[in-house]
Amino acid sequence: MDLCDVSALTSTYALLSKDFRSELRTRYAVNALIMFVVTAVSVIVFALRSEQPDSGVLAGMFWVVVFFTAMSGLSRAFVSEEERGTVLTLQLVATPSVVYFGKLLFNTVLTVSMVLAVTALYMVVFSGFVIRSPDIFFLTVLLGSLGLASASTIIAAIIAKANTRGTLYPVLSFPVLIVLLMTVMSATGKALDGEPFASAGADFMVLLSYIMVMTGGSYLLFDFIWKD
Amino acid sequence: MTPFTVRGTNLGKTFNRKVIFREVSFELGRTSSLAITGRNGSGKSTLVKIIAGLLSPSAGSVAIEDGGQILDESRQREHLGLVSPYLQLYDEFTALENIEILSRIRGIKTLERDHVQSLLTTFSLWDRRNDALRVYSSGMKQRLKYVFALVHRPTVLILDEPTSNLDSEGVESVKHVVRDQKSRGIMIIATNEAQEAKWCDEALHLG
Repeated sequence: MDLCDVSALTSTYALLSKDFRSELRTRYAVNALIMFVVTAVSVIVFALRSEQPDSGVLAGMFWVVVFFTAMSGLSRAFVSEEERGTVLTLQLVATPSVVYFGKLLFNTVLTVSMVLAVTALYMVVFSGFVIRSPDIFFLTVLLGSLGLASASTIIAAIIAKANTRGTLYPVLSFPVLIVLLMTVMSATGKALDGEPFASAGADFMVLLSYIMVMTGGSYLLFDFIWKD
Repeated sequence: MTPFTVRGTNLGKTFNRKVIFREVSFELGRTSSLAITGRNGSGKSTLVKIIAGLLSPSAGSVAIEDGGQILDESRQREHLGLVSPYLQLYDEFTALENIEILSRIRGIKTLERDHVQSLLTTFSLWDRRNDALRVYSSGMKQRLKYVFALVHRPTVLILDEPTSNLDSEGVESVKHVVRDQKSRGIMIIATNEAQEAKWCDEALHLG
């Protein structure tokens, strides 16, 4: 897709809009995400009882919940099209790049919303989850969500046609996301510890590089995944 | 109207080492019509998908030319309309919403309301335009697929099992569509029915 192609941008926006309207009516992905977030955080609270973990553990647990919540819901951008038989319809009306960027934007908004929801929940249930460096934290959330969405979207497109997609999605996602997860956990720990913004500079460079490589590579490969 | 050609050259398709068909060639210009016939499993729907750009051939190529210029995939979509049993629309949206949303994704900036109304009326769906597709019968969904395929006035209309799930009134509407399409564009029909194959001037038999 030529990024200056207004028609392609309009089509991408139309596809994004379609997915949001569909999600509002079916709540296909949102219900799964909400349920998983609430359940996962509840289990952690019960497991810890009254203990309050330190910032490093909290940062790790935060992104563990985010990762598994993403695995429960982000594949639906493509799986829902496959299950409803609308893949061919989309192939007929939209170019692969329009489909890719439309789904990527949808997953990005879903991921950012999900991460912010987990943040709010963590701040309520864990007294130790205090964001002392909000600039580091919110940039980490933004870049982490973008990275998570870009990796999850392409993997969702790959597994959508598989029979065992429920198992395959997290299995394929984990090795791809491990670098991202380690980086965001490190940056989040610094945010909770109140470290200066510059201390997370290397983490942000890694995240930006990850996003560029993942999005660029996915865009180039998506044609081959999408069309038989 | 500019000259418009759909050309298939030595098309072949293989699935898991099984040859579905090979060395299929055709050339169609405006006012041409082609019936693709063959027994079950001969590859009619597969060939239709290849022509529509939904499937890559194992051999050969399909070229769509407008005014002598070969169209790339993104431009081809503007000129193709497809009706088939395996094409699904969105059950959570109404008929009108499906047409509007899919037209916007296709890149149609302004939908001609009169044209949409005319199509929905032709296929007896105007009164049900604001009903969600989940309450539609299979025949009504098939009719809506025609509206979806025709709303952007395609130069090439491809029908796979054109009268599947349709009552006699629906079949008459399809015949009207075929006549209209043959007069100004290219018509391709994939069918098992001899009556439907007769709607076209040329025939291609697979298998």
